[in-house]
Amino acid sequence: MILAATIWFITIVTTVVFAGRFWWFPESVSAHGDALDRQFVITLAVTGVIFILAQVALGYLILKYRDRPGAKAQYNHGNNRIEAIWTIATTVLFYIMVLPGQWTWADIHINQQQGNPLVIEVMGQQFVWNIRYPGPDGQFGPTRPELISDSRGNQMGVDFDDPAGRDDLVLPTMAIPVNRPIELRLQSKDVIHSFFVRELRIKLDTVPGLTIPLRFTATKTGSFEIACAELCGLGHHRMRSFIEVLSEQDYQAWLRDMTED
Amino acid sequence: MSHAVHEPPSSFIWKYIFSVDHKVIGIQYLLLALVAVFIGMLLSILIRFNLVWPGTELSILGSLFPVGAPGGVMTAEFYLAMLTMHGTIMVFMVLTTAPQGGFGNYFLPIQIGARDMAFPNLNMLSFWITFLSFVTLISAFFVTGGPPISGWTAYAPLSALGEIAGPGLGLGQDLWILSLALFSVASLLGALNFITTTLDLRAPGMTLMRMPLTVWSWFVTAILGLLAFGVLLAAGVLLLLDRLAGTSFFIPGGLVLNDQLVIDHKGGSPLLWQHLFWFFGHPEVYIAILPGMGVTSQVLSVFSRKPIFGYKAMVYAMFGIGIMGFMVWGHHMFMSGLSPYSAIAFSLLTTAIAVPSAIKTFNWLGTIWGGRVRFDSPMLFAIGFVSLFVSGGLGGLFLNQPATDIFLHDTYFVVAHFHLIMGVAAIFGIFAGTYFWFPKMFGRMMNEGLGKVHFWITFVGVNAIFMPMHFLGMVGNPRRYAELTAYSFLGEVQSLHLFITIAAFITIAAQFIFLANFIHSLFKGKKAAENPWDATTLEWVIPSPPPHDNFGPVDPVVYHGAYEYSVPGEEADFLLQTDKDKETVEH
Amino acid sequence: MAAIAPPRPTDHGAPAGGDSGNRTGLPVDRGYGGGGGSSPRADLPEQRYYTGMMAALAGITMLFTGFTSAYVVRKGLSTDWVPLQLPSMVWINSLMLLASSVTIEQAKRHFSVIPLLKRWWSLTALLGFGFLVGQWMVWQQLIGAGVFISSNPSSSFFYVLTVAHAVHLAGGVIALGYLTFRLWTGRLTPVAAGVMALYWHFMGGLWLFILLLLVLWG
Repeated sequence: MILAATIWFITIVTTVVFAGRFWWFPESVSAHGDALDRQFVITLAVTGVIFILAQVALGYLILKYRDRPGAKAQYNHGNNRIEAIWTIATTVLFYIMVLPGQWTWADIHINQQQGNPLVIEVMGQQFVWNIRYPGPDGQFGPTRPELISDSRGNQMGVDFDDPAGRDDLVLPTMAIPVNRPIELRLQSKDVIHSFFVRELRIKLDTVPGLTIPLRFTATKTGSFEIACAELCGLGHHRMRSFIEVLSEQDYQAWLRDMTED
Repeated sequence: MSHAVHEPPSSFIWKYIFSVDHKVIGIQYLLLALVAVFIGMLLSILIRFNLVWPGTELSILGSLFPVGAPGGVMTAEFYLAMLTMHGTIMVFMVLTTAPQGGFGNYFLPIQIGARDMAFPNLNMLSFWITFLSFVTLISAFFVTGGPPISGWTAYAPLSALGEIAGPGLGLGQDLWILSLALFSVASLLGALNFITTTLDLRAPGMTLMRMPLTVWSWFVTAILGLLAFGVLLAAGVLLLLDRLAGTSFFIPGGLVLNDQLVIDHKGGSPLLWQHLFWFFGHPEVYIAILPGMGVTSQVLSVFSRKPIFGYKAMVYAMFGIGIMGFMVWGHHMFMSGLSPYSAIAFSLLTTAIAVPSAIKTFNWLGTIWGGRVRFDSPMLFAIGFVSLFVSGGLGGLFLNQPATDIFLHDTYFVVAHFHLIMGVAAIFGIFAGTYFWFPKMFGRMMNEGLGKVHFWITFVGVNAIFMPMHFLGMVGNPRRYAELTAYSFLGEVQSLHLFITIAAFITIAAQFIFLANFIHSLFKGKKAAENPWDATTLEWVIPSPPPHDNFGPVDPVVYHGAYEYSVPGEEADFLLQTDKDKETVEH
Repeated sequence: MAAIAPPRPTDHGAPAGGDSGNRTGLPVDRGYGGGGGSSPRADLPEQRYYTGMMAALAGITMLFTGFTSAYVVRKGLSTDWVPLQLPSMVWINSLMLLASSVTIEQAKRHFSVIPLLKRWWSLTALLGFGFLVGQWMVWQQLIGAGVFISSNPSSSFFYVLTVAHAVHLAGGVIALGYLTFRLWTGRLTPVAAGVMALYWHFMGGLWLFILLLLVLWG
């Protein structure tokens, strides 16, 4: 019947577009990206199979059991054994499916506490990103909200008179070396923003009043867009910046350039 | 001693305006939702239009909204305001009114054999406070600064700082908060009415396990509402105080907006708002869907001429969904700065909710299996509900894992998920209920041909609108972007957005077919019999439309469960719950 | 006569022929006689007032749960919390409220002895009203001492919790007043008194909780 066919048609089209990756994630350039993408594909496979089975079954059932002359419906209140079976099966299946993902998540946010990451501060504001590097002394100078002044070029309120702060670098874009662990310290000046870079598979809110660490390692060079992923006001759609992933050499050269300015 | 029964009112104002009759109140809620949904759809037209054709001059817009759309061109401010109001109106004024306040009010008393709700006066009060809440919300369109731009979720500090953080965040946001506070009070009063009625007013023989699943769904929904809206009210009060009284519940110190230091707030926590809001917000979405599940169960059974497959499991599943719904709010906050350990905990709890949802789906399929399926309009929408519930629900399995949520959070993948579940499946529940119960409520049949056209366009249409949004999310298209022009990666999804917009326009246009059918049938529909669908539950033993006191001078007595269809050895393929002489197997 | 107790819920497992829903011993108008297969039309059971009140109390509990969790979180996170000095008037008000729970219980206990009922009932209303006046004085004292709602998170919560409680108590006082009027015109039912007492005790208990929160977690 047409309804069954329509349901099946929608199922087929959806499956084809998902499986055919007509629109898909950008290539991952992140160390944890592969594990994340794998988890997505596992979830897609499991939910995809369920999706197809359920929609096909729905179409099949309404087709097979459509009312026809002489047909009789079954007087059946259910089957406790079947209920138990599919309850247990569903539970087991879903939990098995999500467990690897929890591991990946723990890897990214809990376990990656080793090593000596390059620390960079990110402060979101309406409607730009401010990136701070500690400069050649490797130390971040103190900041105070009272010192913040966009008009005087001190977006993050750095005390440039302080010896640690003297060489701090505050920029609207970011550059990092490839294959080195990075730790971003996410902050916000005014409202909640969210730091999102697709290819690096990172996203985390910047919350005023908090400093939230975000660790990752880039595995390929390139230039990637930074987008804001939490509604922050009128300019939410244009809080665009860039993160350049450079070779170690190029990164050092870039740093030197920036410091000399 | 209480004379609980009221005499039928005679004057127009007591009969139709300040009625305490649950049936009139139910219709009032439905009318409110009808007005609200068309406003909400209009807003979504503007939203979709702006995404695909930004910068277009629309002179109507320019004359109606000279500030928001100067020269007829939508500003980002206008877009975000429309988006905020679209979400708020649809979630509260449509999905939390029509299924529960509308159909629940009308049919809960009848389906359990009562003559009215436990507290008819309170019921009237609930509706009029809801109406006041609606008017307050809509008034935000007309004040200086316009409606708020902080989304229906109103995250602090954006929503707490006032106009300094953006337009509409002044009086518009205050009105928004006030509206929801009123709505919360009305919902709490309604919830206690539903719970009391279900527990205390059942007719003789109507045991809990003989109640239709619609009644169970309204009952569980009411419990959720009773326990959730108090927290929303608390959150709203605190937010209003932050905005107007100089407190700092949600506003931390050291903020700088527009290059000026904010000195009169410090120490507050933006995450606290999120916790309070989502503690309410997650049960809220189950409030939106559970009644639709009840209606779907009901309609599937009637139109398959078969008992519900696994009635008890269905009841337990609803409770399971309801109870667990209170334990998962953190899954909206995976990327908010929550502890990663909490994220894992919330994720595992959320996975658990998939189980009762799956059980219900299996049982719906089990109900159809072995049946004799008739494809009248109510049934089409019930079948559509099952299909869309599967589609939307499965999307949740990507979002409940923090790992996959890293990429998908705040992208259109989320928009796809919640629209499929709420903005479509729940709506299909409302449509199924409307087509099913229209004959009983108004004594006339809706036009079946138009119903079918409405279904086909809508079913295909909503799939065309929201399935592609998953792909937008996978490309990384963030939510709540007023324009898609600033990022190069958004170039590759322009065609998808165009497809979605056109599908949306067509689907919305089809809703006018429903509206026309509804209005025309009210006056010119074929007269309906008492039981046009040959159904078993108590509303079908009384006239269409029912008299003022529903059952007349005597209370009904119930002898069977609610789904005795195709009982072997019976002539008719259904047994009314009040049929005295038949024996049935109690399950 | 006996003290009043809430009607027990009836599960309508069998067709009712008689007294379902009536546990108070008071006469009930049964209305029409029944025919075979249908039941005499029963009045709405009085149980509904108790059920409704329990549901209402659950809803109110969640409102204060929201405030309490905000309190705990805000206090835990903050470095700027300055404990509030509770004005001594608070203790006097608390005693009044607790006493009013005793008096309303006495009223229930002597429900059938009209003069006693009237005395205990009016005492309750007086004490309740006294509590509200006392709370008003507490707020005035604080304002006089320069402690406003925005002064400190501790004072913010003090005002939020005490005002929210007072609003609900005021509702209770209005209901008490209305029922007092009903009592004086001979129309106070045992159910109304029982349900009112339930609400009243809850308000007392809630106040106790708020006090403990402010004192122990201040």
